Amino acid sequence: MIISIASGKGGTGKTMVATNLALSMDSDVQLLDCDVEEPNAHLFIHPALEGTEIITTPVPQVDEDKCTLCGKCGEICQFKAILVIGETVLTFHELCHSCGGCMAACPEEAITEIGRDLGIIERGHRNGLDFVHGRLRVGEAMSPPLIRKVRSHTRPDTLTIIDAPPGTSCPVIAAMQGADFVLLVTEPTPFGLYDLKLAVGAVKILGIPCGLLINRSDMGDDKVKEYAHENDLPILMEIPFDRRIAEAYSRGKALVDVMPEWKEKFFELYSRIEEMAMPTTPSPLTGEGRGGGGNRKIWHERTRDHKW
Amino acid sequence: MGVGIERFGMKELVIISGKGGTGKTSILAAFAALAENKVLCDADVDAADLHLVMAPTVEEHHDFQSGHMAIIDQDKCTECDLCRNLCRWNAISEDYRVDPIQCEGCGVCVYFCPEEAIDFPLSTCGEWFISDTRFGPMVHARLGIAEENSGKLVTLVRQEAKKLAEKKAFDLILTDGPPGIGCPVIASIGGASAVLIVTEPTVSGKHDMVRVAQLAAHFKVPGMICVNKFDLNPEETQIIEDVARENDLVVLSRIPFDPIFTKAMVQGQTLFEYNTNSEAGNAVRKIWEELMVRMGS
Repeated sequence: MIISIASGKGGTGKTMVATNLALSMDSDVQLLDCDVEEPNAHLFIHPALEGTEIITTPVPQVDEDKCTLCGKCGEICQFKAILVIGETVLTFHELCHSCGGCMAACPEEAITEIGRDLGIIERGHRNGLDFVHGRLRVGEAMSPPLIRKVRSHTRPDTLTIIDAPPGTSCPVIAAMQGADFVLLVTEPTPFGLYDLKLAVGAVKILGIPCGLLINRSDMGDDKVKEYAHENDLPILMEIPFDRRIAEAYSRGKALVDVMPEWKEKFFELYSRIEEMAMPTTPSPLTGEGRGGGGNRKIWHERTRDHKW
Repeated sequence: MGVGIERFGMKELVIISGKGGTGKTSILAAFAALAENKVLCDADVDAADLHLVMAPTVEEHHDFQSGHMAIIDQDKCTECDLCRNLCRWNAISEDYRVDPIQCEGCGVCVYFCPEEAIDFPLSTCGEWFISDTRFGPMVHARLGIAEENSGKLVTLVRQEAKKLAEKKAFDLILTDGPPGIGCPVIASIGGASAVLIVTEPTVSGKHDMVRVAQLAAHFKVPGMICVNKFDLNPEETQIIEDVARENDLVVLSRIPFDPIFTKAMVQGQTLFEYNTNSEAGNAVRKIWEELMVRMGS
């Protein structure tokens, strides 16, 4: 089963929830930190790192000897990443989306692909916890291909917990798509509520069951709860503001390591998610019954076929 | 890239953080109450929150169109499968329908379809506004949920903010930036006069501050930092400020942890409107004075 921890608003406690949920499991569990712009989960898991992999995305390289300056490459490119100017072909690798269009369009087979560094993936473990995260190269704009690479490490046989980036645009979609359940971490403030509504909108577009976790639940107002009740969104857990929790977090200590009584609560959270994520619920988009297995299969086919 | 602010003798301060939830928007709203003759700009188009405090009256509303989306005409399609073979996004289903979420808008299928069966309309993927607020004009936007092109929308709102400032002969733009270090952040800081990084004294705050500071250095934008909620961990605050100096950032005053941030937000008010003399508010006022000295205003 894949559980994606997302939020809309940043700083609501996604990483705190993802890491503590992972550390509360008795069986094998996998934690994928897909917030590749600002990955933080490792700061609380302290995994023994085992391997690093440099991740690249294909971008065009033009063989000037073969190129006839016909301009077809520039014609097909939607991203202004390649164009013919005068007697030369210019490529702008940082603008390239790696669609391969220029290479396919070139009648002279003058274009091949080289890699642009997106960042790295690091893997490690802590006891039965399998840890993977991506680190976007500073200066790189496109995080979704790196997020998809992190997700290609998903092991079908275990529980996979994904720490998603904030927001509701393409990086978040890349971190939620194909999940069996999305846990939305929010805070009971106007900013928290507004961004939660956006996040719920994104989850609905993807047709994934979701529930809420309200962090710092006693700081703010009741509007998040009212919204949850009006929209039949289950509130699966509430964590009140506690200076001890904030201080442990500030030092890179997992809540369940410092206050072990939380372990049981996180395990209960998992049990409730498991109940809700399992089949029978028809997808609002397709109308088809869907469950963990089916959705996961689609994801694996996608990653296997992916031509990165 | 770059909005070319400096060429016009105008200053733009962009507030970013790396890590989300450190207080960017509340602090920017407080600055809005202190600054005169400025345009407010919300460049966090993906999860824009500044309007929740500013309560803007929308004066101009525009659609944001960017990028294209492939649509297969089922009547013309001969199911030759070429598009499915060429698509690197697996966006085309076995029954030749394009998944709008997967579609990258690269147009490769459109270009190669032998039947010219694929339409490629421009997508409307958001909207942007010019508004009036009790603190002056504001340019803001809303990216459609699950949409792409956030960087382009960020660039657009910054350009519009600059135009508006020129028209009104204002010399300052206050821009609320997004979290992270990716596409929308890069679009938010290129060509800015300076960035203020708001961080918090946690291991995550430190880690993320360093990455966003490196990003600012990469694009040659001068950076300053302030630590919010500093008293939650004074030792970590000291470490963060030392690391910031090593990364050539100017360290400004600290802000104490204060529930007034949340209370003011719940009331839709700035820190100063909620309480004219709070400890946190006074710290923010001091930071504003330091900023004005640093930015030469």
